[in-house]
Amino acid sequence: MELLSNLALGFSVALSPYTLMLAVIGCFLGTVIGALPGLGPSNGVAILIPLAFTLGLDATSALVLMTSVYYGAMYGGRISSILLNIPGDEPALMTTLDGYPMAKAGRAGEALVLSGFASFVGAVLATVGLMLLAPLLSRIAYQFGPAEYFALYLLAFATLGGIASNNQAKAALASAIGLGIAMVGVDHTTGMPRLTGGNLHLFDGIDFLVAIVGLFAVAEVFVFIESHGKGSSIGVKLEKVTIPVRELLGGTWTMLRASLIGFIAGILPGAGASLGSFLAYMQEKSVQGPDAGFGTGNPKGVMAPEAGNNAAAGGALVPMLTLGVPGSGTTAVLLALLMTLNITPGPTLFTDNPDVVWGLIASLLIANFVLLALNVPLVRIFVKILSVPPWVLLPGVMMISFVGIYSLSGSYFDLLLMILFGVVGWLFRKLDIPTVPIILGILLGSHMESALRRAMVLSDGEWTYLFSSPIAIGLWIFAVAGFIAPMFLRNVLRKPQRITD
Amino acid sequence: MKSDRVFGLVVILAALAYIASALQIQSSFMSDPVGSKTFPILVGAVAILCGLTMLLRPDEEPDWPEPMTLVHIGIAIAVMVGYAYALKPWGFLGPTAICAAVLSYQISPRALPAAITGIGLSAGLFLIFKYVLGLGLQPLPKGLLG
Repeated sequence: MELLSNLALGFSVALSPYTLMLAVIGCFLGTVIGALPGLGPSNGVAILIPLAFTLGLDATSALVLMTSVYYGAMYGGRISSILLNIPGDEPALMTTLDGYPMAKAGRAGEALVLSGFASFVGAVLATVGLMLLAPLLSRIAYQFGPAEYFALYLLAFATLGGIASNNQAKAALASAIGLGIAMVGVDHTTGMPRLTGGNLHLFDGIDFLVAIVGLFAVAEVFVFIESHGKGSSIGVKLEKVTIPVRELLGGTWTMLRASLIGFIAGILPGAGASLGSFLAYMQEKSVQGPDAGFGTGNPKGVMAPEAGNNAAAGGALVPMLTLGVPGSGTTAVLLALLMTLNITPGPTLFTDNPDVVWGLIASLLIANFVLLALNVPLVRIFVKILSVPPWVLLPGVMMISFVGIYSLSGSYFDLLLMILFGVVGWLFRKLDIPTVPIILGILLGSHMESALRRAMVLSDGEWTYLFSSPIAIGLWIFAVAGFIAPMFLRNVLRKPQRITD
Repeated sequence: MKSDRVFGLVVILAALAYIASALQIQSSFMSDPVGSKTFPILVGAVAILCGLTMLLRPDEEPDWPEPMTLVHIGIAIAVMVGYAYALKPWGFLGPTAICAAVLSYQISPRALPAAITGIGLSAGLFLIFKYVLGLGLQPLPKGLLG
């Protein structure tokens, strides 16, 4: 019963009053961030990392705080999806399909309660799954040498580019840009600077936090300037909140099915939460048949994507913690947090820092109960927050981003880079080029290169070494298939369009 | 159509420049079979392939905003760049109020709410950063505090 003793260790860390307080603060902040239109889990967590860093928290506390924010934002995202038809980020898009029609039909309270419970079921099941699966996977991960890691990184980029985007070339380009940026600075193997153009500010490389805040938060400001804050005024009023017991019990199987699908989708490196909520919704739609009225306000159409979305958020933590490969934009941001705290995710994390891992898992379980309390009985508080107008919110986000990045290095150069990333992020969004692969590239670039170089040192320059083990070959096959298969499945997997008024 | 083609061309040129500068990387006496040039060159080659694909098989043209909106975005960028340079010498309060107010005005062009937003955010965030998070921010220009 190793699991139980590990959990006991975890709860001994997580149940200390201080950690518990951080978890509650994190859940509250996260729900607020998720509920605010235009802020989602990834940019919300991104702008908070530099600030959490300045608080001088130790690794466990910082991790507990930020993962509670992460889970909270996943819960909170449904509030703006349902009431305003504005998804905070891509995974929340599926919730708008039935959530907004329900709200327009005067059933906003029901939709919020049902989706809150569905989020809870998905998140708790995924946390249990994480608990069972992560230690197993970390044992397999011990067999990973540099050749396997190189193939694994490739797999992450390939699936991210294949499944999560509309155009493979554009996704691959984004990965290449990220990897290219990661190469800038001093080469760790030779100690020589490269690709800096002689600029002294670039010798340390480009901080991934600067890129993340720029691409996610600053770009959002430009998007809002373009839309002039429109689209936020057509909200639906929340009349009264009741718990629809019948619908809730009737949706038990819906939530279980969606959680399983979401969890599996979350584990796939690079695929993440968008795929989880998408597959959960489509699956439920086909199970219920064409007469169930999906897209016109079916409660099951709200529960399925929310359970799937939150289960995927938990599933995405599995590859992130055991292999150091994030499964989504937000877990990429969490990986950035771990790297900032000098924790290297990977199989050794479970043996070297069991208190960090199990403390994290225990706090996730606790966070889910806190979030259920915040999101069902207290949901009205967060609905109030939706009335913050974008012309106050976005300048506020911007100023917090500036101070956060400025507090990292105290240099104007990082601020200029952040603005540049913001402009690039806005342009890329216009051109339909995904920005998450850029982040992943910056985060993983030096690891990927050093895996390749170590593999070649081991084999004395023999390239076939990259395909020398069954695990490596399997990963290569999945990588190629994950990149090419979606080209043929594009017509089958077409995403439903957002409902417009 | 056109945007993707133009951008594809920009990508190819930038990737060529990247590869050219990767070829200039000096290797030191300690070297491994791969060296510090190979990976950047590989990445550049992938980017060129992607650029070519965008050039030859462009997507539909995105909805570019009208010229006035681009002016608004340009103003926002200019203010942010100014803020980046002003933050250190002028202290936190003044530049933050101005920058937040201008950004607010670009999103919703009403002068009074924008001004109130700027001043409110500047003061409120300063209190939070200083007393809750304990950041050592300089509130006013250095000269004024002596």
